[in-house]
Amino acid sequence: MSMPMFAAGDDPGASFPELLRRMGLHAVAPTSDASDLLTPHATTCIALRFADGVVMAGDRRATSGNLISHRSMEKLVQADAFSGVAIAGAAGPAMEMIKLFQLQLEHYEKVEGSSLSLEGKANQLSMMVRSNLPAAMQGLAVVPIFGGFDLRRNTGRLWTYDVTGGRYEEHEFVSTGSGSLHAGTVIKLGHRPQITRDEAINLACRALWEAADADSATGGPDALRGIYPVVATITAAGWQRIGDDDLAGRYVTIASEMRSRT
Amino acid sequence: MSMPYYVAPEQIMKDRADYARKGIARGRAMVALRYAGGIALVAENPSNTLRKVSEIYDRIAFAGVGKYNEFDQLRVAGVRAADLKGFQYSRDDVDARSLANSYAQMLGQIFTHEMKPMEVEILVAEVAHDDVSDQLFHILYDGTVVDERRFSVLGGDADAITARLNESWTEGLELDACLRAAVAALAGPDRQLVADDLEVALLDRAATRRCFRRLDDDVVEAYLATSPPSAE
Repeated sequence: MSMPMFAAGDDPGASFPELLRRMGLHAVAPTSDASDLLTPHATTCIALRFADGVVMAGDRRATSGNLISHRSMEKLVQADAFSGVAIAGAAGPAMEMIKLFQLQLEHYEKVEGSSLSLEGKANQLSMMVRSNLPAAMQGLAVVPIFGGFDLRRNTGRLWTYDVTGGRYEEHEFVSTGSGSLHAGTVIKLGHRPQITRDEAINLACRALWEAADADSATGGPDALRGIYPVVATITAAGWQRIGDDDLAGRYVTIASEMRSRT
Repeated sequence: MSMPYYVAPEQIMKDRADYARKGIARGRAMVALRYAGGIALVAENPSNTLRKVSEIYDRIAFAGVGKYNEFDQLRVAGVRAADLKGFQYSRDDVDARSLANSYAQMLGQIFTHEMKPMEVEILVAEVAHDDVSDQLFHILYDGTVVDERRFSVLGGDADAITARLNESWTEGLELDACLRAAVAALAGPDRQLVADDLEVALLDRAATRRCFRRLDDDVVEAYLATSPPSAE
């Protein structure tokens, strides 16, 4: 591959999507309605703030119409050392957007020699969602949530988006996807401003449990196959994914609580 | 009609090479050395913001000496080429050899066809998963590529520095000994370099994904201060 060099006045700077456009490698939006294609859809993702940062979580199921197309999809991923992104919507464009977003943050960091601010990252994601609008109009909508630890303000922050790229910062929690109504309600009822990390993880697990209980497109914990939601915390110490053993234990506790009520 | 003076091609190339070499010799040198845990990149650089050494990809680093704007342009082109390749294929497909070849092509092209050659020498280093396959590609202003096994010296005074490292470098050095050897070689017998004069970064073999890591001045200070292992 030849080296991409640009004239001084025509340089794409630290923007990786712009570089892709210049090289002719960017995705092209469909020109007719793609919603009947029954492409896989990814569903429920949530994030909430706790005392030292944010907890993010996403279930593992992707569905195509009434069928489960994938049981172990990871819709929540680490974006960089201090942020995470989770996506609901058409799985193909969603995973592509996640990949591009991760790459963009790393590309910026390498080209510029320093990381984007958390606000800058949130803004960058907003532009990516907006550029997906033509595809969204054809039925391939992608709606992310973004969370991270803001090192300049020393606090966890959360953003939710709409399909047009609208970006909204929330102070307690955010949710996206088909089970977001149920998951969001659980968090709303259980959330307090100074909730601890441990309580916040439990609340996130519980929220996904209730979403899976009421929404067929959201996957619950699958003890048989050992598949659990992706749950991670982001604090001043950075991104930390919660292990499956830990989650298995939490879900055993939730299940026994449910049993004791009946 | 006047005829342009005839200049022999040998003379043109020699003039260009002299021009580039003079520009490079004005700057300060840098060295890259293999050590037990990866590759150490040590540059003499009083600036804390204008970098000579930087990250290209997961296991690949870049270093440049000479004219800053020129090697920085090359650095950014390398980051772009690597990120594009990783995006199109896989992260595992990005390698130092192909990057070094692209750099060589470009520098060779500029050397013969442009008004002025680039006054730079660059290094593309890749740390391997095992401790025998590390790669150091040293690329000169005219596109010459040298594949080096043990260490690589870039910039003015390279011969003297290489001679000093030939004495002090051995296979499997620990990081502190390696940094002391590098700094002593850069400084020479008549000078003393402290952490503040240096820019130090590592390609750390043990890192999970991104192996490139800068060392802060106080960390470098601590490594340099550790007393050498007692004489046998």
